[in-house]
Amino acid sequence: IKYHQLTRLSLTRQHALSWARAPAACLNFNCMLILLPVCRNLLSFLRGTIQCCSRTAARQLDRNLTFHKLVAYMIAFHTAVHIGAHLFNFEFFMDAQLDRNSSLLPFILSEIGTGDNASFLNPIRTNETSPTIVMFTTIAGLTGVVITLALILIITSSMEVIRRSYFEVFWYTHHLFVIFFIGLVFHGFGRIVRGQTAASLKTNRPDVCADQFEDWGNNGSECAVPEFAGNPPMTWKWVVGPMILYVCERLVRLYRSHQKVVITKVVMHPSKTLELQMKRKGFHMEVGQYVFIQCPSVSRLEWHPFTLTSAPEEDYFSAHIRIVGDWTQALYEACGGDKTEPQEAWKLPKLAIDGPFGTASEDVFRYEVVMLVGAGIGVTPFASILKSVWYKRIQNNQDVFTKKIYFYWLCPETQAFEWFADLLQSLEGQMAEKGVTDFLSYNIYLTRWKETEAAHFRVHHEAENDPITGLKQKTLYGKPNWDNEFTHIASKHPGTKVGVFLCGPPQLGKSLEKQSLSHTEGDVKFIFNKENF
Amino acid sequence: MGKIEWAMWANEQALASGLILLTGGIVGVAGQFRGWPFAAYIISAAGVFVCLLEYPRSKRAKGTSVERTGQYCFTVCVKSFGPLTRNYYVRAFLHAAICVPGGFMLATVLGCVCLGIASLIYLAAAIRGEHWEPVLPQKETTRKTDPVSVRNPPEMPPPRPPPEVRRKRVDDLEGAAYDNPIPVSDK
Repeated sequence: IKYHQLTRLSLTRQHALSWARAPAACLNFNCMLILLPVCRNLLSFLRGTIQCCSRTAARQLDRNLTFHKLVAYMIAFHTAVHIGAHLFNFEFFMDAQLDRNSSLLPFILSEIGTGDNASFLNPIRTNETSPTIVMFTTIAGLTGVVITLALILIITSSMEVIRRSYFEVFWYTHHLFVIFFIGLVFHGFGRIVRGQTAASLKTNRPDVCADQFEDWGNNGSECAVPEFAGNPPMTWKWVVGPMILYVCERLVRLYRSHQKVVITKVVMHPSKTLELQMKRKGFHMEVGQYVFIQCPSVSRLEWHPFTLTSAPEEDYFSAHIRIVGDWTQALYEACGGDKTEPQEAWKLPKLAIDGPFGTASEDVFRYEVVMLVGAGIGVTPFASILKSVWYKRIQNNQDVFTKKIYFYWLCPETQAFEWFADLLQSLEGQMAEKGVTDFLSYNIYLTRWKETEAAHFRVHHEAENDPITGLKQKTLYGKPNWDNEFTHIASKHPGTKVGVFLCGPPQLGKSLEKQSLSHTEGDVKFIFNKENF
Repeated sequence: MGKIEWAMWANEQALASGLILLTGGIVGVAGQFRGWPFAAYIISAAGVFVCLLEYPRSKRAKGTSVERTGQYCFTVCVKSFGPLTRNYYVRAFLHAAICVPGGFMLATVLGCVCLGIASLIYLAAAIRGEHWEPVLPQKETTRKTDPVSVRNPPEMPPPRPPPEVRRKRVDDLEGAAYDNPIPVSDK
């Protein structure tokens, strides 16, 4: 036994301090980890270096946000245990001061160091106080309250409901983590956790002297009065590394934000979609990557992710932005979306770009046969892939490893078709021109429609081109029968690895994953990859 | 941050505070801290009350409301108090009043401060004119228009032109179109 815990008679409460220090150790570890998954430039760099060795390892880096959330849950849990244990500790320390009876060990221990205020054990020094007052007057207590409050506010504003609807609240409140880390580092500076000094352990050995506490320091006793000192703060050693990395990350983003980005073209598509074509010196992208866009005139602090819809072979890069919230609406107006006449180039807002950052789409060309499934706006990364496929295969005459692409686009309404339909139409035309019609096979599924539209489809059933998209490939109605699709593909491509790529809702992901697993038999392997943002 | 409904965040914060108050009260009782009978019971009761009040999510003014699991019975209870629960000023002051006793015992101080913050956010929501609306299943108008519906199978065969017209007349697509004899309405 050691003297750094004041025990009460009841056996169950002897270890309250250990119960507090254990989660504290876990918290040190978790707080070190939590900053790492959000250093996206660092991750991008790691991804590039690992990719040559192992593609699976690199793909794990896509799950950085999930990891960040898991570590956050652990921090919340350990904080709860830590606080609970300290509540008990405060009570015991207070009790030790209040039961002023010399025949009790806790009281004797509390009296140590009253004179010089240095070698004491009990952080509560007098009996004329209360745990609440002590909490607010010690460094540890005060920082503890502040960082716990910050943590709670961060957690409540990060709930899915708030995050999806009011991203700004989530983002700004999340910056309370700065206060959290500062408070965390200073939490141990008061050296409130005290232990017996090494020198004192020689003159007062607890296993021998604990029962003889009434004789300490008396002549003839083999036990001197024990001395205690505070433990030095440890947390900074754990978190200083990640904090520096994160500061570097923010500096990189700041540097990137000052690089000049020129908007070369703004296209307003129907169904509230804004296309921005941009150029930046030294920008290099791969298919299906995404960038973070910042518009200082709209908001100085917000960076929002958008998939790149242009192919690497083009001399500009573009993003299709759907107008759904405050920031996108303001961007739309800043680019002159609500005006009817074209804007002068100098009137367009200044933009900053961070990225590009990689996602699973980069793997598309490593498969011989590929199934691309996009739901609604989730089709955007595939726009980049299809364009790139076109450039590679036809114009540059390169020998692409990918031999066949099956493309599925699930759409709830006809309006969403327009800008992507243009792309498909031009692809279709060019493929027909070159005579390579069987390279790309696409299926568009309209999952909801109105009665009037249905009648229109029935009537024009015999028309040459599809009445909605104008494409030769007819639009299909309802949801695809995945079982049939997978079986059909498996039968046409035996002995190959088929990559299945999805950008869409999680339920669709689950069903595709199940189908991939169940149809992976014999020599055909379906490997499922999910995009996530 | 113009469009935010502050009440949504206040609701999350208040629910969390209720849980923290409850936990603090339980720890206080379990640990038999000083003052535990009075404070801990009051705090636990307050915590339970706040949780029950805050569990049902309000219907959003704009956009889809995501309900919490099983919140319907709570919605009915809370709705029955009428203007007391509808108005966010009342909620703000109520939470401010409830949180005060929590400050007297260390175990519940955290819950007290969190609830105080929730009360401030509710005040902001009330000033902006928000109010609590119950999420009732019958009131939800079906935004999804049914596809060629499974529920009401068509009573008449689809309007098709006679066979000679149906033959594919690629050369004269204009002539192949015809007026639908049966009027089609948007249900």
